[in-house]
Amino acid sequence: MTRRRLPEWFVLLLPAFIVIAAVVLIPLIFSLYSSFTPYKLTRPSTLWKWVGTFNYEKILSDAKFWSAFGRTVLFLTIVLNLELLLGLGIALMMNKVTWGQRTLRTILMFPMMFSPILVGFQFKFIFNDNIGLVNNVLQSLGSDAALPWLVDGKLAMFSIIFAEIWMSTSVFAILILAGLFAMPRDPLEAAKVDGCTAWQTFRHITLPFLMPFIYIAMTIRSLDVARAYDIVQIMTGGGPARRTELLWTLMSRTGYVDARMGLANAMGYVSIILSILFTVYFFRKLSAARGQIGMAG
Amino acid sequence: MDRNLTHRNRKRALKALHFIALFLTMAIICIPGLWIVLNSFRPTVEIMAKPPVWTPSFTLDHYRAMFGGTGEGGVPVFSYFRNSLIVSVVSTLIAILIGMSGGYAFARYRFKGKAGYFVGLMLFRAVPGVALSLPLFIVFAKVGIIDTHFGLILVYVAMNVPFTIWLTDGFFRQIPKELHEAAEIDGCTRWQAFWRVEFPVARSGVASAAIFAFLTSWNEFALASQLTRSVGSKTMPVGLLDFTAEFTINWGGMCALAVLMIVPALVLTFIVQKHLIAGLTFGGVKG
Repeated sequence: MTRRRLPEWFVLLLPAFIVIAAVVLIPLIFSLYSSFTPYKLTRPSTLWKWVGTFNYEKILSDAKFWSAFGRTVLFLTIVLNLELLLGLGIALMMNKVTWGQRTLRTILMFPMMFSPILVGFQFKFIFNDNIGLVNNVLQSLGSDAALPWLVDGKLAMFSIIFAEIWMSTSVFAILILAGLFAMPRDPLEAAKVDGCTAWQTFRHITLPFLMPFIYIAMTIRSLDVARAYDIVQIMTGGGPARRTELLWTLMSRTGYVDARMGLANAMGYVSIILSILFTVYFFRKLSAARGQIGMAG
Repeated sequence: MDRNLTHRNRKRALKALHFIALFLTMAIICIPGLWIVLNSFRPTVEIMAKPPVWTPSFTLDHYRAMFGGTGEGGVPVFSYFRNSLIVSVVSTLIAILIGMSGGYAFARYRFKGKAGYFVGLMLFRAVPGVALSLPLFIVFAKVGIIDTHFGLILVYVAMNVPFTIWLTDGFFRQIPKELHEAAEIDGCTRWQAFWRVEFPVARSGVASAAIFAFLTSWNEFALASQLTRSVGSKTMPVGLLDFTAEFTINWGGMCALAVLMIVPALVLTFIVQKHLIAGLTFGGVKG
């Protein structure tokens, strides 16, 4: 009876490993391989031609790629920071509310349930230059110009950022609010007795306590930053004239419209690395912050 | 006396400011959604009217067209709804089972490289859908499961498992080990101890994980738009694009479909909203 058995933890984890290997790992290995070939969907035989790092060299020397890449990083930086600040502000405001807080919190959760594609469509409608709510209101208020929200490059970028922030700020607000609820009262009272100003109390007591909650929100967000693809795809499709082109829309156009899968997969790898860097960064911040407040498990 | 008065005025001003800011925030959150709902009940002529009409009239045309099957554009909304429901529910159930067993393994067993496995799993979740859709499209086409419910379910299970593991791990870890040990002393097997003792305690965590899994599948677009082709497997987020033709968009119809998409998500979230917040914070902070 000394038959070797697999350890229990391994058996429990096995289904997860199998599914992820089948659906994510193997396709990713395949796409890594195909990023070294000139694979085109229209000509399957090109899959067997090895061209080394040609695709990578090509995208790295491509101005269109770099402008999409730069725009993506800029977009993420602006969006994540604004979401954090707004979320923090909303949470602090909500924490002060004494009446109807539950209802307000429920309303706050609205945008979390919206599909990104729906958010995109919703703002495409609202920012429509002809029949959109924004322009209608502006015109009824007496302005005679129809602002080309989704046609002008800068305004389109603004509209997309607005949509993205509308969708994701509530993740921050709700998690930070949960942190505020969980906060012990004693240090706050002690600070008051010691004569701290409101800002000092916030800076040295509230904020450090909230840090882990902020990092959870950041980690959750960084897992699906690429959801912005849905929004951009439906609002502008990367246009006008590539002014709102992000890495993801460029990739899907290269892959599906131009059918250049090899090249698109090479871009895909750049975007995967970008996402993973974001996630790992916030994961590490999260564990560090957990350690600080003694919640390390 | 004078100082008291300015102090009181300042306090009042702050209170008013707080109220106004809160009101504006809520307005910005609510108006876009309400605008969609409102417009799904307005006739197309009125939506397109120039100058804008501010007193809305009421019509059910868009809903009639939508459920009539062959309305404007003939978008088969019913099939899309059914596809979405099947794919989301089945994938959520499977993802919860697999994720729960994984989360339990992380919470209860010690093994080498645990932290590494954990972060590794999470990283798979971070792979952008668009990037994954390129190779999946080719692989699925080769295997022949493109444009099927099965293919989409498989993808969503894989997408949801890591996050489910993360959430349930945090919940199982909070349950004291003594609980199942006591149950085992009383004669339960480990399996029974899990289902009778630990699972009921961790139920709210599992519920919140299920909601997140469901919402992710229900709302997903990037992968579904490439892996589905026909009425037989298209989900609602993909179907939403059916309303956009080359130069015209059927706004009213789109709004009606949008309402249909958001209602189940809303209802579900209202039912378990308490667990939702608890799930996120416990899973993350204490995990």
